[in-house]
Amino acid sequence: MALYIHWPFCLAKCPYCDFNSHVRSGIDQAVWRDALLADMAYEARLTAGRPLGSIFFGGGTPSLMPPETVATLIEAAGRYWKMAADIEITLEANPSSVEADRFQSLALAGVNRLSLGVQALDDESLRFLGRIHNVEEALSALEVAQRAFPRVSFDLIYGRPDQSIEDWQRELKQALAFGTDHLSLYQLTIEEGTRFHSLVRQGQFTPMDGDKAADLFDLTREMTKAAGIPAYEISNHARKNSESRHNLTYWRYGDYIGIGAGAHGRRHHAVTIRHRKPENWLAAIKGQHHGIKEETPITARDQAIEALLMGLRLTEGVDLERIARRTGLDVSEFLDLAAIQYYSDQGLLTFNNGLLRITEQGVLLTDALIREISL
Amino acid sequence: MTPLDHIRNFSIIAHIDHGKSTLADRLIQTTGGLTAREMSEQVLDNMDIEKERGITIKAQTVRLDYTAKDGQTYVLNLMDTPGHVDFAYEVSRSLAACEGALLVVDASQGVEAQTLANVYQSIEHDHEIVPVINKIDLPAAEPEKVKQEIEEIIGLPADGAVLASAKSGIGIDDILEALVERIPAPKGDINAPLKAMLVDSWYDPYLGVVILVRIIDGSLKKGQQVRFMQAGTTHLIDRVGCFRPKIEILDSLGPGEIGFITAQIKEVSQTAVGDTITDAKNPTKTALPGFKEVQPVVFCGLFPVDAADFDKLKESLGKLRLNDASFSFEAENSAALGFGFRCGFLGLLHLEIIQERLSREYDLDLITTAPSVVYHLNMTHGEGSIDLHNPADMPDVTRIESIDEPWIEATIYVPDQYLGAILKLCQDRRGIQKNMTYVGGRVQLIYELPLNEVVFDFYDRLKSISRGYASFDYHQTEYKQGDLVKMTIMVNGEVVDALSMIVHRHAAEGRGRQMCQRMKDLIPRHLFKIPIQAAIGGKVIARETIGAMRKDVTAKCYGGDISRKKKLLEKQKEGKKRMRQYGSVDIPQEAFIAALRMGDDS
Repeated sequence: MALYIHWPFCLAKCPYCDFNSHVRSGIDQAVWRDALLADMAYEARLTAGRPLGSIFFGGGTPSLMPPETVATLIEAAGRYWKMAADIEITLEANPSSVEADRFQSLALAGVNRLSLGVQALDDESLRFLGRIHNVEEALSALEVAQRAFPRVSFDLIYGRPDQSIEDWQRELKQALAFGTDHLSLYQLTIEEGTRFHSLVRQGQFTPMDGDKAADLFDLTREMTKAAGIPAYEISNHARKNSESRHNLTYWRYGDYIGIGAGAHGRRHHAVTIRHRKPENWLAAIKGQHHGIKEETPITARDQAIEALLMGLRLTEGVDLERIARRTGLDVSEFLDLAAIQYYSDQGLLTFNNGLLRITEQGVLLTDALIREISL
Repeated sequence: MTPLDHIRNFSIIAHIDHGKSTLADRLIQTTGGLTAREMSEQVLDNMDIEKERGITIKAQTVRLDYTAKDGQTYVLNLMDTPGHVDFAYEVSRSLAACEGALLVVDASQGVEAQTLANVYQSIEHDHEIVPVINKIDLPAAEPEKVKQEIEEIIGLPADGAVLASAKSGIGIDDILEALVERIPAPKGDINAPLKAMLVDSWYDPYLGVVILVRIIDGSLKKGQQVRFMQAGTTHLIDRVGCFRPKIEILDSLGPGEIGFITAQIKEVSQTAVGDTITDAKNPTKTALPGFKEVQPVVFCGLFPVDAADFDKLKESLGKLRLNDASFSFEAENSAALGFGFRCGFLGLLHLEIIQERLSREYDLDLITTAPSVVYHLNMTHGEGSIDLHNPADMPDVTRIESIDEPWIEATIYVPDQYLGAILKLCQDRRGIQKNMTYVGGRVQLIYELPLNEVVFDFYDRLKSISRGYASFDYHQTEYKQGDLVKMTIMVNGEVVDALSMIVHRHAAEGRGRQMCQRMKDLIPRHLFKIPIQAAIGGKVIARETIGAMRKDVTAKCYGGDISRKKKLLEKQKEGKKRMRQYGSVDIPQEAFIAALRMGDDS
């Protein structure tokens, strides 16, 4: 089982981001700490004693959390669940100098993996992405992080409008040179409800076309593989055994507890969704001692489909026998086996000994393939 | 019963938008048929489609009482005739029920081709025609020029033309007086055996089939046993009446009168337009002349987008046919489109009307295949001749000796600045020019054209290249032998039967290229390459390829995204509900519709 803790605040909202983040001043840190503790205590009662393999502080910008709050939450989790000896505790951070100053205390609080939102390695692109840091700051934050934490990953957003193959090749080469054992490389996606979405609709810029984006993707796969941190998921690359264990839980369709504003979780075949707006979530905690807005059971079929949606993102593929066991369904009840045969003949996926995997050739078509083979 | 000399039966001939319905409404209002409160706009056009398109599909009548300047009260029967050439036969029967007509011409637009066809029909029925120049209060009105056109184009004296504006109520009294003075009273013999014409019929949910009749001789009353001479059936009259336009029950109808009867008839298919109604016990010796059985001219396939709607489509077609015996349908099975119906129509407008009613009144989502005409195939080895309604059914070419196709004679009116483009269009469609006359700034063209060149998009093209100024009318003439071939379109190696078409050999390559290009633009990329080919027999004459889709993947997907992703997947799968087989090509409905529209300009 994994534990996700959401910190919904940011200093500024980035124009591409559709996550649950809010800009607020005067956050009462004691209130927020206690509220998160209460939310956790509620979940703990329902899952007491289960082994915990990872904790992930996401956001928003969790690097803005007081390190004491982080420490308190980790400590509480240790009391509620059976923490694995090698538990992975990740925190997402912005690479500003203010935050870099806290890395040491965050490490002392128990965080052992830092995921740094670098996003781009040139200032102009950072401005386009609405980031408040510059490259110099980012690089020094990365250096501090690599000294403070045993494991460090960072994010880049590529496929930006007008980015040439050569630009990205240069940028990625530089990124690989930092020698982190994990990289998240996302193609820029224009999500509904973001500022970028409006800008595109107003014609202020045009997203990169699919064919060019495909070329950049192929280049990314090649270069990371050559550098020894190949893709293990569509946008995630790691040296062997350095994969994000927490995220693997999502992709392998394991159970996870999600606490904090807007967090999703899944336990006992039910999905939990918490109030998104920070104020509403706080009010829910006050009134009902947990932040849950909806708790919905997931049907066996939906579980199977979700497991496919997540699992087929992984290079390792999905174990269909495991899904069948988990859901009590026969594989033929949620998959079109003839379609699988057809697309494996096309070389887009493989199906051996119950293991369904999308090939290197098919990975860019993952969504389309899932549409074609799922029932 | 009204004395013959106090009856006037007339129709109104007008081009769409020239104000026929407004004039009819004004006449009803002025003679007191309805109070102002009861007048909804355009009373006579009942159906939404009729209102929107400004055309009449079913004949309607209204009886008006008018006290003329001579102090006498006359019964005026206004017959609103179907306004389109697709319904030419129905028009001819409606006209046969009248002695005269009002010819309404827009004071700024002048005479249009469609008006002309109906005027000629009216002249053929020896009608007295009263020209009315309407909309004279518009700034662009040119009544003198329009009078000149009426004289030059139609050959009618226009001195006595009434200047009017139906909208503003100008000239309405003059029109009513002209009707009384100039249109002859009907003739007939009350003592002769009953002879009445079945003018039109429709299904009414409360009354059953309502039959519009014009009495020639004798009389009709409730309880009378009548015989339909063409159908050979007898019926007991249970209601006699007229429309004012509200229903009014009458004791009887006498010679010269127009009204309706009901006789507990369930289906309009039992009531053929033009049939002669007579007394069962004391029948007339001769039926009325001019009866014809209507034959569909244009055919197309109608398929439900959602296969589950097949039964609903079948039921809806059945209901429509209850009220319109002139279209036909039979079940058809297409590999690409599933189960549907092959339907026959009187013309393109008729096709569009039925299609629209199905989607509007019955809420059906339909795929319509390319309209085609009826070909006569002369077979080898003494197999005789067969009619081909569907290109997909074309037999092996070795069994065909020759193919005959229907031709039409088209009348086109166009301002002369667009003449060049129109001539080219007609020529491209294998037209043969018969006549060309200059009238003022306009040209009247008479062309012979193969109907199959017209059913595609001739009318749309004509309108677009003349910026809407050209008008067009046609009637079918004869079958002629043509060098015709069946062209098939193959998508990913499979023949899409719905796209098969019969084309002239010389036009095949161009059409084929255009079709492939179009399908290339319309079919979204798939996970594999898709070749699109046009072929005649086994020979490919045009080819395009749709490249494989390269990218369809979500960049970011973590714990909080799962529910959303699953919902999106379900939605996309819903959109692909009619997906046939994986590995086969999903052709969106828009692609069919757009491909079949076949314009040259895109």
